[in-house]
Amino acid sequence: MNSLYNYAFFDEGSKREIRRAILKAVALPGYQVPFASREMPIARGWGTGGLQLTLSLVGRSDVLKVIDQGSDDSVNAVNIRKFVSGTTGVAVTEDAREATIIQSRHRIPESPLREGQVLVLQVPLPEPLRLIEPSEYKTKRLHAERDYSGAYLVLFEEIQRYGRVATGADHPVEVHGRYVMAPSPIPRFDNPKLDGNPALILLGAGREKKIYAVPPYTKVRSLDFEDQPFRVEDFGSAACGLCGASGVYLDELVDPSTGSKTWRCNDTSECASRRRASQEAADAS
Amino acid sequence: MGYVAVKGGSASIDASLERLKYERLRSGTSIDTADIAASLRALVDQVMSEGSLYAECVAALALKQAEGSPEEAVFILRAFRSTLQRSYYSRTIEGDSMQVERRISSCFKDIPGGQVLGASADYSHRLIDPALGAEDDAAARAFVDGYLSRPFSPRGWAPYPRVTDLLAGDGLLRLFPRDDSGPDDVTKEGLSFPSSRSMRLQVLARGQTGAVTALGYASLRGYGAVHPTVAELRFGRLPVYVANPEGGGEGPDDDYYLGFIRATEVETVIPVQVPDGSGGERIEFSVGYGFCFGRNETKAIAMSLLDYCLEYKDERYPTHDEEFVLLHIDSVEATGFISHLKLPHYVTFQSSLDSARATAKGKIDE
Repeated sequence: MNSLYNYAFFDEGSKREIRRAILKAVALPGYQVPFASREMPIARGWGTGGLQLTLSLVGRSDVLKVIDQGSDDSVNAVNIRKFVSGTTGVAVTEDAREATIIQSRHRIPESPLREGQVLVLQVPLPEPLRLIEPSEYKTKRLHAERDYSGAYLVLFEEIQRYGRVATGADHPVEVHGRYVMAPSPIPRFDNPKLDGNPALILLGAGREKKIYAVPPYTKVRSLDFEDQPFRVEDFGSAACGLCGASGVYLDELVDPSTGSKTWRCNDTSECASRRRASQEAADAS
Repeated sequence: MGYVAVKGGSASIDASLERLKYERLRSGTSIDTADIAASLRALVDQVMSEGSLYAECVAALALKQAEGSPEEAVFILRAFRSTLQRSYYSRTIEGDSMQVERRISSCFKDIPGGQVLGASADYSHRLIDPALGAEDDAAARAFVDGYLSRPFSPRGWAPYPRVTDLLAGDGLLRLFPRDDSGPDDVTKEGLSFPSSRSMRLQVLARGQTGAVTALGYASLRGYGAVHPTVAELRFGRLPVYVANPEGGGEGPDDDYYLGFIRATEVETVIPVQVPDGSGGERIEFSVGYGFCFGRNETKAIAMSLLDYCLEYKDERYPTHDEEFVLLHIDSVEATGFISHLKLPHYVTFQSSLDSARATAKGKIDE
């Protein structure tokens, strides 16, 4: 443990201030609460919003999991995990079921979350209306007046242009029938997991200095039209080349020996545990 | 045998960090941080200013760690700053109390107190000096001894009058009520819009030198309606006091003296049209204010232009738009978000691929 600094890096006053913003965010699902985001020892845009949430919440009995784009081994995930455990000494895990706090960049884990867990999502651009209105002053007013016609117009224009909604990740959602929220760029595949999730989902944007939340069992709806329903990414019949899973979010790879396209589970720890389970079953038989 | 996951991340990071240290030291020499503080003063000043932490030795250490990269050093300094408890706000510091080492005005040929060139590269010819390649510590000492042995007559300390006070005396300066209320601390409350002037000045003062300069330049060249004249630029030492933390007397005699900071202060005057009270208009001069830690005259002047731009909104130009200016000039934020593009994005890219393929398929189906 790095004893040059206070437990969990921040002084206690800073942590308390961040927790106050979290409480406000929980009370107003989907509303972006401004906070005095600190400069962190990792770069702005590399997860400082999520990191500040995690550091303000982590206690000595917590178990931490950190993933980046679905992987526990991604260099940035390793780096953040090392920083939090280095300044707190808390236990770390790769198993989403064991973790009490899961900090993630751009994915919700494949295994269902449960009550009492906190999912911390790192957010680069928290404002779902930024694309249509660059001014923060004006987007705040649009939210206050619940004027989301612009958000729908973007989807409508895509239908006009491409014949379908063509959003990538970060497809906007409506939270608790009130605020439209950027789900951080999770793939559309993960949007339905936000709805009625038993875990507390916290979203932190360090550079943009905003915290927002989806409290447990909150209704979350991806924006769509009656005749153009929301669609998740379609992997067809593709299955993971390692564990054989389908119906999960997959990474597309090119096999260097054959040059052909192959698929792998994006959630690497789930993939590994599936392979362990099937190996154990094979060993037992 | 069970499956063994490929675990590369942690080992790769350790190896990368070790290699970084090797690259820093591969010449077999390690620079003394005292040398950085003494010889690379402009760089130390820039890092303190953008890092918004006045600490020469810490800035020098950060520069050593960052191999001289200002963006890295500022980053390190800011992260360190986050862990420091802030116990006091200083008393209001008046630029008038500056122990001036340099002071110039472009408004008038001569000014009360006189133009003081001080040390400046402004009038040097920027011809690279090969002789400096052979300059050593002995040569430095010899020069300093010679310089200091020459007779000089000290002026004695007395405050220099402000050039803007001359204009105010003539009734040509647009005056505002004095406001010494405490700052809206952007590092504690966060920036919100519309912003207060104290917020704007803080963000500009800690802005990235290049970014502040570029936007100030744009406002001057064509994306703004600014026609400034430097009323006064001064550089020197400013004493810093805090109120007696034990309470007690409230008078200045009971304040604690913390030391001094070296700083650059600029006031530019910019003509503005104001109603003359009888239906017409007349011209007055408004003041744009620039300030930064250490010696950084270009940044301080550019800041004074942007201070003016943000005070006088003009929808035609981005340089007069507070969100455009204030949200994009911070070194840590700008470099952080640009550099995050180096992170893996395969989940989000896969999602874009899915949509791109679906739209292509839709076209073919038609």
